[in-house]
Amino acid sequence: MSRTISRAEVEEFLYAEAALLDAWDLEGWLALLSDDARYHVPSNEQRGGDPAETLFLIADDIHRIRARVARLQDRAAHAEQPRSRTRRLIANVRIVGQDGDELAVEANFAVHHFRRGERLREYVGQYRYRLRLTPGGLRIIRREALLDALELGSLGSVSFIL
Amino acid sequence: MTEPRLVIDDAAARDFRVHRSTLVEPAILEQERRRIFDRCWIYVGHESEIREPGDFHTRNVAGRPVILCRDSRGKPRVFLNTCRHRGATVCREARGNARLFFCFYHGWSYNRDGALVGVPGADAYPPSFRKEEHGLAEPPRVDSYRGFVFLNFDAQAMALRDYLAGATEYIDLVLDQSPSGRMEIIRGVQEYDVAANWKLLVENSFDDYHLLTTHKTWLDYLRNSGVEMKPPAQGHLLPAHGIGKELGNGHAVIDNVNFRGRPVARWIPVYGEAAKPEIERIRAELVARLGEARAARVADTNRNLVVFPNLVINDGSSVTVRTFFPLSADRMQVRAWALGPVDETAAARAIRLDSFLTFYGPGGFATPDDVEALEAVQAGIGATHREVPWSVMSRGMAKEGEQLNTDERHLRAFWLQWDRLMRGARPGA
Repeated sequence: MSRTISRAEVEEFLYAEAALLDAWDLEGWLALLSDDARYHVPSNEQRGGDPAETLFLIADDIHRIRARVARLQDRAAHAEQPRSRTRRLIANVRIVGQDGDELAVEANFAVHHFRRGERLREYVGQYRYRLRLTPGGLRIIRREALLDALELGSLGSVSFIL
Repeated sequence: MTEPRLVIDDAAARDFRVHRSTLVEPAILEQERRRIFDRCWIYVGHESEIREPGDFHTRNVAGRPVILCRDSRGKPRVFLNTCRHRGATVCREARGNARLFFCFYHGWSYNRDGALVGVPGADAYPPSFRKEEHGLAEPPRVDSYRGFVFLNFDAQAMALRDYLAGATEYIDLVLDQSPSGRMEIIRGVQEYDVAANWKLLVENSFDDYHLLTTHKTWLDYLRNSGVEMKPPAQGHLLPAHGIGKELGNGHAVIDNVNFRGRPVARWIPVYGEAAKPEIERIRAELVARLGEARAARVADTNRNLVVFPNLVINDGSSVTVRTFFPLSADRMQVRAWALGPVDETAAARAIRLDSFLTFYGPGGFATPDDVEALEAVQAGIGATHREVPWSVMSRGMAKEGEQLNTDERHLRAFWLQWDRLMRGARPGA
């Protein structure tokens, strides 16, 4: 049933996802994921690796993603209590491949992260998505966030969904 | 005039307290740099990170920029990353393989053995200038224990092996999980800063008292996935028995019966059914090689080891090697790696790394809350340490005999050594 997807449709999807995450609507965000989704944040010095043989910061399958969301909704997830505020800017969205119902998408991000008593943290990097076109719309199969900073410093802590 | 005491150890009154200025005052950090970091054996890196001659990593160790490099004869070397001419760093890459370390400023170059081999226009120097006197400088002492490379800026320091004291038993126990006895640092580093004094991470790295509240969400995660979580007996806060133990020279360990799963080799449902046969195979190999008793010691206990002052080897949900250095009195830089057997199968390696990420690391289910706890401590004491000068560290002091992992004997061992060195003693003296 493959059809051509426009960049505008993909952009709309990514903006909607960003809005859910900025609003801390994590259940809403989960609904955008397929049942085989993965979420990765590689180490900044080994961005091209495979988490089966390289140490990542985050390498979640769907079970771990759901557990992560459950954890973040618990008041005992201290690193996010009180919750941070984020504001995501998504740009340079490109469809870099399409294979049947599946799309490879890249986009730049700047996630501004604010916490009480802390200075602004600016997570800058690239998202690499694999998206699947389903009757219900686009779904995320794979979502990888590559950080550009060479020295992560305080960006090393990724306690929210990046 | 006697200096005021910063650590109070009053056995008669069963009182142990640490002065909070030790975590706040820049002057104390300066003294730590001279009396602790310049006199103790400090971890640089692991031999497996530099496999071939010329392989190198640049790091900051004990406040100095260094190059960890394998030399032309295959020996691990540590060079101070500063040109002998004017001082620029001669290597600005994080890692790689080098034939030469080249200072681009005036073109001096050094080989893998640190020797000065290239000086443009050398004929303009007077006869007293001899290239062989201007090789890259090295710390006075560099030595390894089973692949872990340490340096010491004190030429008179005791031998590394003696310095490590009882910690060697616990390093050996980690390495026993490898059929060849050799383990390697796995590709990929986790680096993060914590806005807290470095000693707070020492404490946190083997403090099991904080698990129940700080890591409630992680314990819930294990429980929800089917891990048995009932504390074994009166007096225990955690689901399994554990002890705290001193190992000499300020090193200490918590040594716990496992409940959280281990890639080598105790399966828990978090690993998934598919991982079961591999974990059973690893277990069988341990038993065949080491016998039942030692295999159980390797597979069924978790150990969090602190090698004084700043090396942590935690053999728990996975094996992590972690080191950290103060950037200022209220900020540290952390580097953490995963360690695995060199002969591990691809399947076992994948389980190891997956298990690592459930707990450890700045995106794990536990470490972010540790970071938050340490930063909350720093925020709390930073400007109040004159009004509220003392932290309490007396858990378990009234007890005879065994000290539990949730007591604080091992934390006291660290602080007593810290206090001895800060008052001028040398390690081992």
